[in-house]
Amino acid sequence: MSTTVDTTPSTDPGRRRPDARGVAGDLLRSRELAVLVVLLLLVAVATFKSNGFLTGDSWRDLLLTPSILLLLAAGQTMVLITRNVDLSVASTLGLTAYATGELMSSGQSPWVAALGGVAFGAFLGAINGVMIAFGRVPALVITLGTSLAFRGFLLHWAGSDRVNASEMDSGFLALGTKQVLTIPVLTIIALLVVVAVGYYLRTARSGRELYAIGSDPAAAALFGLPIRQRVLGAFIASGALAGLAGVFFAARYGGVSSNAGQGIELQAIAAAVIGGVAIFGGSGSVWGAAIGAFLLVTIDRVLPILGVPDFYQQAVVGGLIIGAVVLDRFLASRAEHRLVAEREVTP
Amino acid sequence: MSATTTKKTIDEAVDERTYASYARPLLWRLVATREFAVVALLLLVFFYSRANIVGFDGPLTLYFLFLQSAPIMLLALPMTLVIITGEIDLSVASTMALTGAILGIAYTKWDLPFVLSMVLAIGVGLACGLFNGFLVSYVKLPSIAVTIGTLALYRGLAQGFLGTEAINGFPEKWTDLTKERISDGSSYPLVLIPFVVLAIAFGLLLHFSSFGRGVYEIGLNDEAARFTGVDIARTKLILFALAGAVAGLAGVYQTLYSGVARGDASQNLELQVIAAVLLGGVSIFGGRGTLPGVVAGVLLIAVINSAMRLDGIRTEVTDIIIGCLLVASVLAPMLLTWVSGLAPGRVRRTASRSSTPTEPSVTGGPSLDSKSANERQ
Repeated sequence: MSTTVDTTPSTDPGRRRPDARGVAGDLLRSRELAVLVVLLLLVAVATFKSNGFLTGDSWRDLLLTPSILLLLAAGQTMVLITRNVDLSVASTLGLTAYATGELMSSGQSPWVAALGGVAFGAFLGAINGVMIAFGRVPALVITLGTSLAFRGFLLHWAGSDRVNASEMDSGFLALGTKQVLTIPVLTIIALLVVVAVGYYLRTARSGRELYAIGSDPAAAALFGLPIRQRVLGAFIASGALAGLAGVFFAARYGGVSSNAGQGIELQAIAAAVIGGVAIFGGSGSVWGAAIGAFLLVTIDRVLPILGVPDFYQQAVVGGLIIGAVVLDRFLASRAEHRLVAEREVTP
Repeated sequence: MSATTTKKTIDEAVDERTYASYARPLLWRLVATREFAVVALLLLVFFYSRANIVGFDGPLTLYFLFLQSAPIMLLALPMTLVIITGEIDLSVASTMALTGAILGIAYTKWDLPFVLSMVLAIGVGLACGLFNGFLVSYVKLPSIAVTIGTLALYRGLAQGFLGTEAINGFPEKWTDLTKERISDGSSYPLVLIPFVVLAIAFGLLLHFSSFGRGVYEIGLNDEAARFTGVDIARTKLILFALAGAVAGLAGVYQTLYSGVARGDASQNLELQVIAAVLLGGVSIFGGRGTLPGVVAGVLLIAVINSAMRLDGIRTEVTDIIIGCLLVASVLAPMLLTWVSGLAPGRVRRTASRSSTPTEPSVTGGPSLDSKSANERQ
């Protein structure tokens, strides 16, 4: 699979020999660092233009808003790495957010409601995973279908109803605004989840197997990797994280209607792709996806400060996705040329 | 590796035959196809609805059915060809919204003559398609990534141009024309004429031209297609451009039919279009499917939509049913393969093709592709 050659050099630095371009080349190739630099530049420009950007409510929003997207991007990364895609996360988020709210308004404790939301998400993810892993059908089609079906189910269930803040536990809602050292609690939890997923993908045997499966499914099968279990596991994880994102949604916004989270699946994919996760699997890291998520939300807030009407936000996101894949293509073909050149020098 | 590749190819050639099995009787050949199943399901749903749903046999049912599903019917035609090459275009609904916005702005803000505004709008659709096609065929990017990007990009441009504004005040002559009937009292709207013309044109292109054979070949095995002299890049560029132009036409129609140009028009329509194409028997992996099957698939979705609306069932239930149909349409052939794989004498397919959403050009490597393409030219 030539398009995924050498796009994760940062995870394996020992094997590359140093060359003249050295540090600059590393910087360019380490997508995480590049996106982080862009993010910091954006924040710097915004702070320069508007003094209050990093203070008070603005600072809190800047950190709090990405928390939901962080979770979705982490789940999407796991699925993308196995050369699949999960388009149903937005509908899963909507369903679990509503379910969490309903559980609380029927008198359950917030803990039960939150756990119920996550479990429900995992169940929805399992529906996708079973069909994709065992039915051997393309994830794109299945999750397209289930995203329609889940959203339809939510509309049918909720109708024009909504769960209001008054029906939810006040301690649960306080979680949405609580801060520790000016950092919102939800963001801290989301970051912990990202670290856990990142650590798992980086070090655990089954995590590495996800990369192997996405990198070359045929080779993974010949090698005897349990492809079905791993793909199923990735979809369950993605569903559970979307469920947790649904719980966050309920806590953050204090009200859930049937259109909760609509369209956010594309943002999750965008965050991952911008952060360097290859859409055809086998490479990328959850750190990159997390930074991508922060970047997307920050762009959303910075555009009005820079004088661009925020209606253009989606266009900017689209441009970024295309830019990211073009850059990947360019870097991959350069890496390929280098490999070919090396092979010709050393017989 | 090469041994398994060859074996897989042979297995697939057995399992995924693309021509009728002439060893079997004629009746079997006609009946045992995806297209026949879709047509049968369409007739079943249609006659069931006529018999059981009050008002379905009324004169207005078919008229509104065609009017409302015209955009899906139009978009499904080029989408069929795109998916048969193994690519996908998720940006068509956003292109529709963008062309609608351009139509509104050109007519009301720039005071262009209306016909010129329409031409401009369709031209913008064509340009959108060319941009997709260029990135897919010449930059060699995966079409799913490109069109998810342009899905956001074109939609964002439409919303950026219009903001929260909804432009109306299009000339009545043209808005009325979209609701015109072929003849007085007939239940067939005038929009069926461009649809039928385009359906015949696309049918001829796909099934009766060497270009169309190339489309199938690219979907089955792009390396073999290159060796037989198919210009893969040009073919894909043309198909994406056609998809964009037809999306432009559909966008103009939809804007005139609804009477307003809005940034959030036609949202999620691409999912219904793809659902219709896949229901019609086109394989998401490419290489298989026919245009008549797709037309039946589109009509099936349209009939279900209209029957459920008449039955007073809310649209979200329709979404559930279309979602489940879509899932079933890909699961069913897999189950059939699995069942027939249990029968003695058949080789079960290897798992390697299992979890790929759409196959990228795995073989050879893109740089090799472009090099030999250049050599040939």
